[in-house]
Amino acid sequence: MAEFKNSGEEMKNFKGVWVFCEQRQGELQSTVLELVSEGRKLADDLGVELAGLLLGDNVEGLAKEIGAYGADKVILCDDPSLKDYTTDAYADVICDVVMEKKPEIVLIGATNIGRDLGPRCAARLHTGLTADCTHLDVDTNKYVEFLKANSTLDVDQMVAAGRIKMDDRNLKMTRPAFGGHLMATIICPRFRPQMSTVRPGVLKKGEYDEAKANAVVVEKVAVKTGDIKTQVVEVVKEAKQLVDLIGADVVVSVGRGISKDVEKGIKLAEELAEVLGGVVGGSRVAIDSGWLTADHQVGQTGKTVHPKLYIALGISGAIQHKAGMQDSECIIAVNKTEGAPIFDVADYGICGDLFKVVPMMIETIKAAKAAK
Amino acid sequence: MKVIVCVKQVPDTSGKVAVKPDGTLDRASMAAIINPDDKNAIEAALTLKDQTGCKVIVVTMGPPPAEGMLREILAMGADEAVLVSGREFGGSDTFATSQILAAAVNKIGVESDDIVMCGRQAIDGDTAQVGPQIAEKLGIPQITYVADLKVEGTEVTCKRMLEDGYMTIKTQTPCLLTAIKELNTPRYMSVGGIFDCYSKPMTVFDFNALKDDPLIELDTIGLKGSPTNIFASFTPPQKGQGEMLEGADQKTVDVLVDKLLAKHII
Repeated sequence: MAEFKNSGEEMKNFKGVWVFCEQRQGELQSTVLELVSEGRKLADDLGVELAGLLLGDNVEGLAKEIGAYGADKVILCDDPSLKDYTTDAYADVICDVVMEKKPEIVLIGATNIGRDLGPRCAARLHTGLTADCTHLDVDTNKYVEFLKANSTLDVDQMVAAGRIKMDDRNLKMTRPAFGGHLMATIICPRFRPQMSTVRPGVLKKGEYDEAKANAVVVEKVAVKTGDIKTQVVEVVKEAKQLVDLIGADVVVSVGRGISKDVEKGIKLAEELAEVLGGVVGGSRVAIDSGWLTADHQVGQTGKTVHPKLYIALGISGAIQHKAGMQDSECIIAVNKTEGAPIFDVADYGICGDLFKVVPMMIETIKAAKAAK
Repeated sequence: MKVIVCVKQVPDTSGKVAVKPDGTLDRASMAAIINPDDKNAIEAALTLKDQTGCKVIVVTMGPPPAEGMLREILAMGADEAVLVSGREFGGSDTFATSQILAAAVNKIGVESDDIVMCGRQAIDGDTAQVGPQIAEKLGIPQITYVADLKVEGTEVTCKRMLEDGYMTIKTQTPCLLTAIKELNTPRYMSVGGIFDCYSKPMTVFDFNALKDDPLIELDTIGLKGSPTNIFASFTPPQKGQGEMLEGADQKTVDVLVDKLLAKHII
């Protein structure tokens, strides 16, 4: 176990922003491009270079894409032993190259792989790691603006009292805690690199820039992996199984409003759920009428859900139903009846016919996702 | 063979979360529970015990009342419990926490056919870092997101979940695994277990008990030994009154989708 204490004076030697460029089967994960775009801003604010750190087997071809979104260079660790992700091999290679080249910031996507790799590396490098960040700043002016827009804190008073120092160049890593009920900004002032895993889908991907793609510098690094104690037997890709309602990020529920054409109503809900990566739920009416099986029921006698997004289609919003979904982060209600109680808990309400509105929603969301 | 399970007592964040006026969490008004993923780790250990007769030792770091949680786990069937508790350990981030837990696991002793288990993540911090950091500090391999587990002698085969599928991974003991809820359904305490849990061994490791471990130095544990610090904490702005969108045509839908995009909901 290599112990690497890097505090104190030595910190000044750490320069540059790095993004770990996760690839699976030779394909970059979409979150990498979000991180590179964000990393570009951080690197510009610091006046330093942005590098993508790419590990894999025969993956040099990915460098251009990383460059196109803003990386000045790609540090390439290409070796057959890095074909599939293993904690041992990846952590060995990354820690070696970090110790040698000393980046100031390392960003990793908070995927299942990133969340396995990040803490292993941070522990070996003896540095701090902030998990699942949703907002990053180095420039304090920008951070203060962010706080003003997104918190109830008296920011001006904090600045006046010296609690926020305007010349602070540490990476300010903001993340939700306690199931999103509290936000915390974390810093790592005494150790380098400052490491952060970042929640996929939160940061904005920039534009593909052909000129930058062609300008990217590829720096090959010799790879030395130590003793690899884990062996990948197989990697299986599978279509998403039916997710349990409680664990789902998106729930699209139907109620009495689909009675006009039950089959079509359920099909629309399924399509909308599929586009959003969610599952279908239903009110008690939908279950009692036999339109959906009991495991789809949301409400007091069904399941209590708190997804990121809950879409209520043709549900009036009886108190028994609301009890099961009102803590959802965002609620959209589509209902023909103006003044239906569901609109009291909805963030966004559309008063109209779901059979007309939902097909438009499906197409528009599809188009918006494709554009992302 | 033995299985050492690291568990955490957490406030139940699935119900209403109480926040004090100053923006910090009001833990006193919330129920304290065994972290859900840790329960799956406990169940996995107890299943191995049912199959092989191995010993199950459960470890937690926390204030003295965490003993109650340890008794619960003894009542589920664990053999021994260790409470790591001391003022010096307070304020630890994940790095410092894993230093302390790794030292505690070292003191219990990891032999060649042992397994260390953790939950994937705790619901209060949501970092998923402590497991891998313990593995690193113990110098043993790790497999996270374990959804299925087979142990044959010293060979451990796991199904490790990815977002779009899974990997099958093989490793050797000693190793560290982190459990997710797909792994199993945790058992309840048994009535006999509740009777017996007060006669099972319960050890307390304080700072003095662990201070000889090379991982434990005053500048590598607790608040002082934590590389990360909280710079600010705040509650997100309260949810405002909902918004009725005019009309029910394509324009309305465009407005809605733009709003969802702007808020990163889709």
